[in-house]
Amino acid sequence: MKTPFFKAVIAIVRKDMQAELRSRELLSSMGMFALLSILIFSFALQLDIVARQEVVGGVLWVTVVFASILGLNRSMATEREGSSFDALLLAPVDRAAVFFGKLGGNFIFTLTVGVLLLPLMSLLYNIVLLNGYLLATLTLGTLGFSITGTLLATMTVQTRARESLLPILMLPIALPVLLASVNASSGILRAAPLGDWFAWLQILGAVDVIYLALCYLLFGYVIEE
Amino acid sequence: MKPLIEARALTKAYGFTFALRKLDLTVLRGEWVALLGANGSGKSTLLRLLTGLSRPTAGTLTIGGWEIPREAEAMRAQLGVVSHKPLLYETLTARENLRFFARMYHLPKDSAEERITALLSRVGLSRRGNDLVRTYSRGMQQRLSIARALLHNPDILLLDEPHTGLDRDGAALLDTILQEAHADKRTILMATHELERAAALATRIVILSRGTLVYDAPAAGFDGERLAAQYAAVSNELKAASNE
Repeated sequence: MKTPFFKAVIAIVRKDMQAELRSRELLSSMGMFALLSILIFSFALQLDIVARQEVVGGVLWVTVVFASILGLNRSMATEREGSSFDALLLAPVDRAAVFFGKLGGNFIFTLTVGVLLLPLMSLLYNIVLLNGYLLATLTLGTLGFSITGTLLATMTVQTRARESLLPILMLPIALPVLLASVNASSGILRAAPLGDWFAWLQILGAVDVIYLALCYLLFGYVIEE
Repeated sequence: MKPLIEARALTKAYGFTFALRKLDLTVLRGEWVALLGANGSGKSTLLRLLTGLSRPTAGTLTIGGWEIPREAEAMRAQLGVVSHKPLLYETLTARENLRFFARMYHLPKDSAEERITALLSRVGLSRRGNDLVRTYSRGMQQRLSIARALLHNPDILLLDEPHTGLDRDGAALLDTILQEAHADKRTILMATHELERAAALATRIVILSRGTLVYDAPAAGFDGERLAAQYAAVSNELKAASNE
């Protein structure tokens, strides 16, 4: 008998949470990297308030993207250690449930780091980043990276050069997500009129939906040898 | 009697290298087949194809009437797999690992807890059930891997060198568990290099060489020594044929 789709998705997310709560390998490495990045940027970019409003969106996304790559690599490497991913694939569950389960875990970890960055960056850059629209952009952008990243990390983890291969593959593919996220964030931080940046948020939502559909369709092929 | 497992002209190639060549094999329900052969003979490839984790290059494969890999998802609930790799999460405890797989196999929560406790006790890990798998020795991981494979009461057991890492007691325990499973009408396919064990446990001996089936006979009447002699004779014949 086949395991119900959502039961399998929840079981995988729960398993990843449980493993992470115990080892704290993923969040600690992602968090430390993110913290160091924003500190370096804050020392390097001694800017006035207007210039800061322009660049802080970019700093936020560069940090989130590279922290997410770090997390994605680790998350999939954990699955490959001891071949536990094979055990996952041997269960009578839809392949898509495995994809959504892994995506759920990756998304939660990356979003946690992103949300923790907002108050820290508000303090360091003296700009209010705790904003509902910015939180929505962060959520949609992180989802976009997690979608493409989960698919690509599943592919690259099988290769020897996985650490370098994932960013090389992921950054060009996730470029529409990055572009829309940075533009929407910059508009929000500049307190520009809604009409100036809201289209970017809509584009981000649309790109997420397209990528989700594509990755859902491709995942089954990617996990085959 | 309709075969439970049926492979017809099963072929698997990795690029230009053939791991299996037009293999024909049928296995009846309740049989215990020992798959023998040198490294690279195609034993693990055959087992991987049977799990549906790998796609055949050519030929057909059915298990219980399900076409593999197209209908593998439905068939997987009937499969229990033990490999020479543990197939476990090292950052979870033994009990958490089994609970996770119980959820993945849609076992009811209450009966799953009972089954987990019983299996941990059966494989001698009751006292270490709440310890992280990463703190286990290789043999203990293999015992837990056996418990994971039996958790959902599968009809078919696919075993790829299952005695790897087990000490004498662990290997004897595995043999007993497998004998019980076989007595319970489970079908077992076991790839192994241990001829004595294969002769003692299996009901049928299959030898693969370079991806082809070169010997297939009932195990009755074989002991370790006779099987070793038969294995050597088959190997020598093949060597002579390839030299000609």
